[in-house]
Amino acid sequence: MRLTFEDQEMLEGKCGEAVALAMRIISDMGRIQGAKKLISISSAHIDGCLFHGESGVEFAERLVAGKGRVAVPSSLNVGALDLQHPDKIRLPDRERDLAKRLMNAYVALGCIPTWTCAPYQAGYRPKKGEDIAWAESNAIVFANSVLGARTNRYGDFMDICCALTGRVPYVGLHKPKNRYATLCIDTSQISGQLKREDSFYAVFGSWLGRITNGEVAVIKGFPTDVNDDQLKSLGASAASSGGVAMFHVAGVTPEAPNAEVALNYLPSRREISLSLDELIHERDRMSTVATKQLDVVALGSPHFSLNEFSELLRLLDGRRCSIPLIVCTGRHVISQLEVLDWLPLIEKAGIELIIDTCVVVTPILKQSSGVLMTNSGKFAHYSPSLTRHEVVFGSLADCANSAVAGKVVRDETGWY
Amino acid sequence: MRRGGTEMGVLNTRVLIEGTAQGPVLKLSEDISLWGGVDPLSSMIIDTRHPQHGRRISGKILAMHRSIGSSSGSSILLELMKHQRGPLGIILIEADFIITLGVLVAREMGLGEIPVVQIEESVYPLLPDAAGIGLDGTLTELP
Repeated sequence: MRLTFEDQEMLEGKCGEAVALAMRIISDMGRIQGAKKLISISSAHIDGCLFHGESGVEFAERLVAGKGRVAVPSSLNVGALDLQHPDKIRLPDRERDLAKRLMNAYVALGCIPTWTCAPYQAGYRPKKGEDIAWAESNAIVFANSVLGARTNRYGDFMDICCALTGRVPYVGLHKPKNRYATLCIDTSQISGQLKREDSFYAVFGSWLGRITNGEVAVIKGFPTDVNDDQLKSLGASAASSGGVAMFHVAGVTPEAPNAEVALNYLPSRREISLSLDELIHERDRMSTVATKQLDVVALGSPHFSLNEFSELLRLLDGRRCSIPLIVCTGRHVISQLEVLDWLPLIEKAGIELIIDTCVVVTPILKQSSGVLMTNSGKFAHYSPSLTRHEVVFGSLADCANSAVAGKVVRDETGWY
Repeated sequence: MRRGGTEMGVLNTRVLIEGTAQGPVLKLSEDISLWGGVDPLSSMIIDTRHPQHGRRISGKILAMHRSIGSSSGSSILLELMKHQRGPLGIILIEADFIITLGVLVAREMGLGEIPVVQIEESVYPLLPDAAGIGLDGTLTELP
């Protein structure tokens, strides 16, 4: 791998200890990945600010001590604390202090305290063709697929190393040739009615994640008015059940005006026609129990958008929840809710807001076990192991109706 | 090395991160997200839908195609290594960013050095139950 004069200077410590450490990791990674050179990026999204243990804090504080400062605009992912409502988080004092130190360290490195897993709905929308270094699995797949920006599946630590140096190895999805689809998914067997259901996208994503083997897929037969929240749900789900970093939707996403362009005018290596049976099988697999009993409803993974709040309030239509309905979101949405004066409506409905974080990344739920209902494929995937709750998957309408009824209520008419 | 009638001999791998290891091989039958999939303190597989739920990756050579899921997999691997609960070595089919990164950062922070090697998908089913990884990436079957 060839380093430029500037890369070499960073490596030799001319830009400080933190940058030297970051460049050592990036150049090692470049060699591992078989890169011939590094390229510059225009932004980063940093997942390392989420607390998992002492080692991450030591790493971040070492970068602060080494006078690190990000070289590109760098938004921050969720942390392990709701900074405005610290009592909502049930972390022991020692972990709480460490989580706070970690968040502070990333701010000290010059990152923007966005504290959201949906930066693309908080004003951070890199343009088509821009090279970026994003971490957070759902943000990665959204940036590549829906925005057409270019990032690999960067992990914690790599994100900040790229941000400090402004450089990434030129491999993987940074290279145009690797962004073409090789897998073609035909969804024409699925009805247009089902494709209007929000739950379809989470289930489809979960299925997509499980059947892809590191391939980029092009999806045919989606409605052309499929929206950001539906694609967000699809991507988050696919990046939980699988290692999906990018997909195309023919006629919708920026690099797929049609399937042929997404495939680079080559025959696909694999073609799958999705059946309704397979999709229903996937939907049922996302729940771990079939009981009516329900303890909590959790929404907002990725962070709930303003449009999703609008839809939820419409579905509740003045009714009040009889069990906890927790919605996780970011400060970017809270400020919009304040402007619209919707916070009193939300409070009246009995909705509990969690800001800057979410229920699977840090202890929030009151009970140590129980049954959790969600419309999020990501929550459905991670809740059993991280919250020790059984999971029931349902549509947003099912979740709203169940929170009011205090038991699982489902309307599956759209599925048959 | 004989598996299913196929003579493998000594297997050459591509070294991603240099090191040596000897021990039982935990060959994952499905890929996993380390975050949400493996407990960072006990090293136990906690993903209840994973076929190897309940197994521990500590003290094993971990073999997998690639990571799925979370970017925080690197953090979990680093935390495992900090508590001496990491795998002895890792065998991958894809030069996964998230997995290799955790190992690189652990080395940088003095929390341990383990080898990571890459193999072809076709030899994955032939991996032995116990193996040694040499500095040059040579994989040998252990009794």
